[in-house]
Amino acid sequence: MRNAFASEMTNMASEDRRIVLLSGDIGNRLFDDYKGHAPDRFVNCGIAEANMIGVASGMAMCGLRPIAYTITPFITARCYEQIKVDVCYHNLPVIIVGVGGGLSYAELLSTHHSCDDIALLRILPNMTVICPSDSHEVRAALRAAVAHGGPVYIRLGKKNEPLIHDSQPEFTIGKGIVIREGADVCMLSTGNLMPLALETAALFGDDGISARVVSFHTVKPLDEDLLTEAFNNFDVVITLEEHGLLGGFGSSVSEWLVKRPAARADLLQIGVDDVFCYEAGKQDDARRTFNITKESIVERTRDLYRNRKQGT
Amino acid sequence: MQNTQTPDFKELESLAKKIRARLVVMSHRTGAAHLGGALSCVDIIVACYWALMNVDPQKAFDPGRDRLIFSKGHAIATLYVALAMKGFYPEELLDSYAQCGSKLAEHPAPYCVPGLEVATGSLGHGLPVGLGMAMAGAINHVPYDVFVVMSDGECNEGSVWEAAMLAPARSIENLVVFVDYNRWQATGRSEEIMALPSLRQKWEAFGWNAYDVDGHDIRAVVEAVRLAPRGDGKPVAVVAHTVKGKGVSFMEDDNNWHYRIPNEEEVQKALKELGQL
Repeated sequence: MRNAFASEMTNMASEDRRIVLLSGDIGNRLFDDYKGHAPDRFVNCGIAEANMIGVASGMAMCGLRPIAYTITPFITARCYEQIKVDVCYHNLPVIIVGVGGGLSYAELLSTHHSCDDIALLRILPNMTVICPSDSHEVRAALRAAVAHGGPVYIRLGKKNEPLIHDSQPEFTIGKGIVIREGADVCMLSTGNLMPLALETAALFGDDGISARVVSFHTVKPLDEDLLTEAFNNFDVVITLEEHGLLGGFGSSVSEWLVKRPAARADLLQIGVDDVFCYEAGKQDDARRTFNITKESIVERTRDLYRNRKQGT
Repeated sequence: MQNTQTPDFKELESLAKKIRARLVVMSHRTGAAHLGGALSCVDIIVACYWALMNVDPQKAFDPGRDRLIFSKGHAIATLYVALAMKGFYPEELLDSYAQCGSKLAEHPAPYCVPGLEVATGSLGHGLPVGLGMAMAGAINHVPYDVFVVMSDGECNEGSVWEAAMLAPARSIENLVVFVDYNRWQATGRSEEIMALPSLRQKWEAFGWNAYDVDGHDIRAVVEAVRLAPRGDGKPVAVVAHTVKGKGVSFMEDDNNWHYRIPNEEEVQKALKELGQL
């Protein structure tokens, strides 16, 4: 996703003189092409994220469209108050882009994990939160964010994620994209878990369960129409996110759901437990630790079905 | 774009007294605190709006205007009064200060009145935002200056020094920071709470053209900025040595006035000292 981000930034900076890219001393060589096109609109702000967000805000107040980029925990939790006060309070068109969302940097442990960023950013007034599921969605999200004209947080994975879409999909902030149709289980995936969602859907098929898969790229604002339809028409709705179960996407859906007690579907939330990581391991290892695997999701869904039958 | 007209400094001194008197009355009437720090920065604000800055209240949103960020937001009453007196809005609006529903809260809200650039109140935000504005001037090829007024206590915040390192690295020259060095912060002497002495040398070491001035000598404040070199790629830091509670003898250098509200008798005494009775 990060290569798509860099490439689309270059395209956009060439078309729009308001675009400025601020980096927190990462992306070695990644932005060489960008710098060739817009050298005066690239600022390496150093390892100083609070200042970077303030600088971006000052630029936005003067008509520019800054995009501030660094590793997810450092561009969210590290400079949270600057995002709240400078960006959101002033309702500025600053785009905050975190690379390595969730467990992308699993091997670097919890300093570099980002399982709280969706929770933190979505509770700020004026903020929009987008978690693209592949490189096509990254490009589309960036363009939509610039057009939006207010604070937007875009959460990227890392690199070499498989493509979900064949080409750039029709992308509207706050509107989920159906990737695969189904009738029994509705899987709402946000961000970099989409490949797992599709693998899980295939596994459901072996059991004769038909699964719809949705790229629920915008966590805030929620696509309430899509949620209403899903909870009315499916047996189980599953939220998937590489993020903590507290306060994230699934949590957001459950907040919405308690106001609609007549829902037909059960809700199953897949995400990261409320613990830090203390042991070495790759992204897949970390996912296994938190039971974010297709086998575990299928098993937990089966349990839900069993309970429903017993309940009726 | 520097304002080069020579102001009548006597007139500005008398204006500063009027602003101080108004601040004392406003604090008394509303029970709003932070009078000491509001009084200490009056002369810096007068120097900016009546001598240094290119601003026109009739064109408050002109892209080419100079900008001032009042980063020590707790003392915002000083800017509210100055902007009113400068003509950005009617002085009567000041009567609503800190009242329920007023545009003029004890910390400024974003875009609350014309002329107020940035909402502040949490310390350490103003300089990074000001730096972004200054950089935008270069990117947009619009020649304006950005002024940031901070408190000395505010220099405790790490974000100040993040911005202080980036500005000279980017050769930003259209940025001036004033530190209202009144030597007090909320609960004690600022240079005892943090290692603040050699403040000018700190800015200099970070790559700024830095000056010590008497922050109550409006002419000195103006000259420090006007005489700073241009073309050497350095922003300007003015360490303005001030007195908390300046202008009212019984408030001067007494940190109780960080939170205390003057009573009727004290208001009369203060107005008399400021020549406003």
